[in-house]
Amino acid sequence: MEIAINTIWVLMAAFLVFLMQAGFAMVETGFTRAKNAGNIIMKNIMDFSCGSIIFWMLGFAIMFGQSRAGLFGANGFFVSGEYNHLGLDIPLTAFLLFQTVFAATAATIVSGAMAERTKFSSYLIYSIVITGIIYPVAGHWTWGGGWLDQLGFTDFAGSTIVHSVGGWAALVGARVIGPRIGKFSLNGKINAIPGHNITLGALGVFILWFGWFGFNPGSTLSGMDLSIADIAVTTNLSAAAGVLMAMGLSWLRYGKPDVTFTLNGALAGLVAITAGAADVSPAGALIIGAGAGIMVILGVEFIEKRLRVDDPVGAVTVHGLCGAYGTLMVGAFSTNGGLLYGGGLSLLLVQLVGVVAIALWTMGMAYFLFKIIKITVGLRVSASEEEEGLDTGEHGMDAYADFAKRSSYTLSYK
Amino acid sequence: MMTKITAIIRSSRFEAVKESLGRHGLKGLTVTQVTGAGLQQGKTAHYRGNKYEVNLLPKVKIEIVADSDVVDELVSIITEEARTGEIGDGKIFISSVDDVIRIRTGERGVNAL
Repeated sequence: MEIAINTIWVLMAAFLVFLMQAGFAMVETGFTRAKNAGNIIMKNIMDFSCGSIIFWMLGFAIMFGQSRAGLFGANGFFVSGEYNHLGLDIPLTAFLLFQTVFAATAATIVSGAMAERTKFSSYLIYSIVITGIIYPVAGHWTWGGGWLDQLGFTDFAGSTIVHSVGGWAALVGARVIGPRIGKFSLNGKINAIPGHNITLGALGVFILWFGWFGFNPGSTLSGMDLSIADIAVTTNLSAAAGVLMAMGLSWLRYGKPDVTFTLNGALAGLVAITAGAADVSPAGALIIGAGAGIMVILGVEFIEKRLRVDDPVGAVTVHGLCGAYGTLMVGAFSTNGGLLYGGGLSLLLVQLVGVVAIALWTMGMAYFLFKIIKITVGLRVSASEEEEGLDTGEHGMDAYADFAKRSSYTLSYK
Repeated sequence: MMTKITAIIRSSRFEAVKESLGRHGLKGLTVTQVTGAGLQQGKTAHYRGNKYEVNLLPKVKIEIVADSDVVDELVSIITEEARTGEIGDGKIFISSVDDVIRIRTGERGVNAL
């Protein structure tokens, strides 16, 4: 009976997290231009499909196989053989599915930051490598009994493991590939490239928020553990606080409450609370989410204005920066050993070690990967294809055929 | 003699213009959603913290071909209904039309209107 409840809970949570793929696809499509919509849908369905297969073949074994020196697992490929050391009560396949949808989440984050200019074939190669190797190694360190786990690093549902891994890979990818044509003028001016369907983007954010109720509460792996209700509440409060602060700060800074920043604020709050959802109080969650809502705007400005990196959907900020921030905040707000609860600095330092180690691993590997792709098959489509749109260039179709397209503005690209 | 009236007006005034033309017995017109620039210039919009210029604003274009005798009446109806007094009310262009052919019957000239 207990096993059945736990299995159903984990499967249901996995199905919710699967739906987040649709959320990511809609956010990315809505926040970019109509001429690339079909390509974006293709990337989002392909990274999940390639990722599901490679994670079953390779990734799961690296992440959860018997640990070699705390660095990676090296047995049980194709999810075969013994996994008794995990001590699961649910079937291994339920755990596999839950972990697969997490791996695919990390992979799909990168798509948004590199949108509207990445070669489709190169994106496929990237998505296989991140779900097959980069993500599973980082995951092993924390959730597979690796060295960070032994240090006491706390990342409950993956602010760092899932979101920062995706975010840092996104940063490196967007940097290596360069900005979209027209984003930065020669005189240094930054141009807005408005997304073509904010309604679709908003639907994506609502779907992600909904999916997060599987992402965080599901990470207990147990429907008998009644803390799932507390975790759902911390998750929700943090998202709501992120929305409020992003809305307020954008209003203050730009004169009007910015729609897409407000939507990003929800995701920022959700990413940030993911590490500490089980370990902080509701008030702590509110503060963590509020900080993330502020960070999302300052972060996007920093990435764009200082680093000159073009990230159309804000993935680097939402997942990379807010993920790192949320993980560090566990060291302050955890009711089990956080700084503000009399635990001293030790947990905060462990959190810092984890955030930095995983950032270095991911960025190093991603840099290596994207450079190799760039030298061999090429990372970017031609300038004429980019201007024409990737729907035509990569897939020979138009996402909005038979649908009048109208542009009410012109952009000066000179 | 036939004349073509091309009126570019605010989208928000289109329904009123159309109704008034209909009340005065006008049967045929062609309507297009267009964008353009004029005295009104553009406006500044914001997206994710960056400003951008909206130079081309959406308008509605009405094209009417009519007997030259009624042109002044039609122009006054359009002007009255489309005017708000603010910059951006639009323009009316008048031009002569050499001939008109009704495709179904092959009738020509004023009879084809």
